[in-house]
Amino acid sequence: MKRAFPILAVLTGVLLSYAMYQALVVAPTEQTMGDVQRIFYYHVPSAWTAFILFAINFVASIVYLIQRNAKADMLALVTAEVGVVFCTVNLVTGPIWARPVWGIWWTWDLRLTLTLVLWLIYVSYIVLRRFSSSGQTPLLAAVLAVFGALDVPLVYFSIWFFRTQHPQPVIGGGGSLDPRMWHALWINWLAFSCFAALVCWSRFRLEVLRRDLDETLALEALLEPRSSKARSS
Amino acid sequence: MSGVAGLTRATLAKDLRLEWRSKDAINSMLFFSLLVVVIFSFSFDPTAEESRRIAGGLVWVAFLFAAVVALNQTWAREMRNQVLDAYRVSPAPPNALFLAKVIGNFIFVTILQALMTPLFIVFYNLRALGPAYQLPIVAALGTWALVVNGTFFAAMSLRTRSREIMLPLLLFPISIPALLAMVEATGAILTGEFSAKFWIVLLAAYDVVFTIASLFLFGLVLQAE
Amino acid sequence: MSYLYAAYIATWTIHIAYLATLLRRYTRLRNEIAEFKGRIDDK
Repeated sequence: MKRAFPILAVLTGVLLSYAMYQALVVAPTEQTMGDVQRIFYYHVPSAWTAFILFAINFVASIVYLIQRNAKADMLALVTAEVGVVFCTVNLVTGPIWARPVWGIWWTWDLRLTLTLVLWLIYVSYIVLRRFSSSGQTPLLAAVLAVFGALDVPLVYFSIWFFRTQHPQPVIGGGGSLDPRMWHALWINWLAFSCFAALVCWSRFRLEVLRRDLDETLALEALLEPRSSKARSS
Repeated sequence: MSGVAGLTRATLAKDLRLEWRSKDAINSMLFFSLLVVVIFSFSFDPTAEESRRIAGGLVWVAFLFAAVVALNQTWAREMRNQVLDAYRVSPAPPNALFLAKVIGNFIFVTILQALMTPLFIVFYNLRALGPAYQLPIVAALGTWALVVNGTFFAAMSLRTRSREIMLPLLLFPISIPALLAMVEATGAILTGEFSAKFWIVLLAAYDVVFTIASLFLFGLVLQAE
Repeated sequence: MSYLYAAYIATWTIHIAYLATLLRRYTRLRNEIAEFKGRIDDK
């Protein structure tokens, strides 16, 4: 298992480089937007990856609530953190793309707002995990994840209706894609998914190590006073 | 089922009685709300027409802050007197305690809204151009939305560092659809420009979803603390 | 055009920053483990 990691890391690096080459060189230049449109090849895969990670978090949280499985809890923690990272990338590349093309940094349209709300919910999830000193933090976090998931459709509908009431031009608009563009998009998505999986794996191993050490230290603290008392008396 | 209702009523009566005697929460919330209204009135000095458009947002932000003050002290008394430990070992249904707390908070915040609203009307020269009878409905549904999740997250925040910050941090993102609905509905009713019906239905759906979720999961949270 | 580079650089900065925090946590953990091993060896 351990030897697989460096190999996969190198493969992912190669894939990411190829994907970047596809995005910057091979993919044709967009007619209206020009080269700035190539941000799209980083912006969209980041969003997809983040949403998949958040979905995994939701499933892992449910599994934890039902089975109290420690591995499920660690998976939830890991996917939440890495999901926030990818979501941040999406929220940063979005305005950078929007500014030169549509002249505004931000608009409260459906996609952007939904992404922002998801980001907020999961940042609060991570803060809860860090600040909670209860022994039952995994349980509380899982409950929060469920609440967040219940919220998502409500957020979607509320923003959708808001936009029908106060319509604005849609950013990141539709339109069909040249097949070479699709190809570049898929390649980048594949590359970033592999990258995300590797980062999650690393974070997971770090968490396993951390928890092992904490348990061992706790055991040591339990045994310590007794043995020193025995020695002194 | 009468067990839950009876226990809820008893707990609620106790909370209201204690609050009436000490008036801790109400006084602090009242003063805080007054400050918020005055500060907002200083910062914005809109025309009557503009104010009708933005009043929804202003009013609900003020109510939101006031609600957070109320919510933060929800479990303070229980924490001080180890009541939660007693609850955990008793056969009493935890939902009764939760419901009592939510209804208590709902009453507090509604009283606050009733006191703050005339001030807002005065400062902003507000007059509803749309169906004014819908405003209490929006207020009730919106307050319930904030209070049901707020009470739940207050319980989740009990054993966290920076408890007072944890509550709004958890509450605000999840409340975004409800807040949007409250603000839009209020704006729609005041300006009379469009119908608030969709927002009212959305608020009702939000309330149903999260009330059920909270009742379902509160037992777990109580055990966890 | 500079916007394009800004976006790509921003993306990798964010990813590298996160990986850096992982690395920092990992080295801190390794130090704690080494310290712990030293402690029990002393006994």
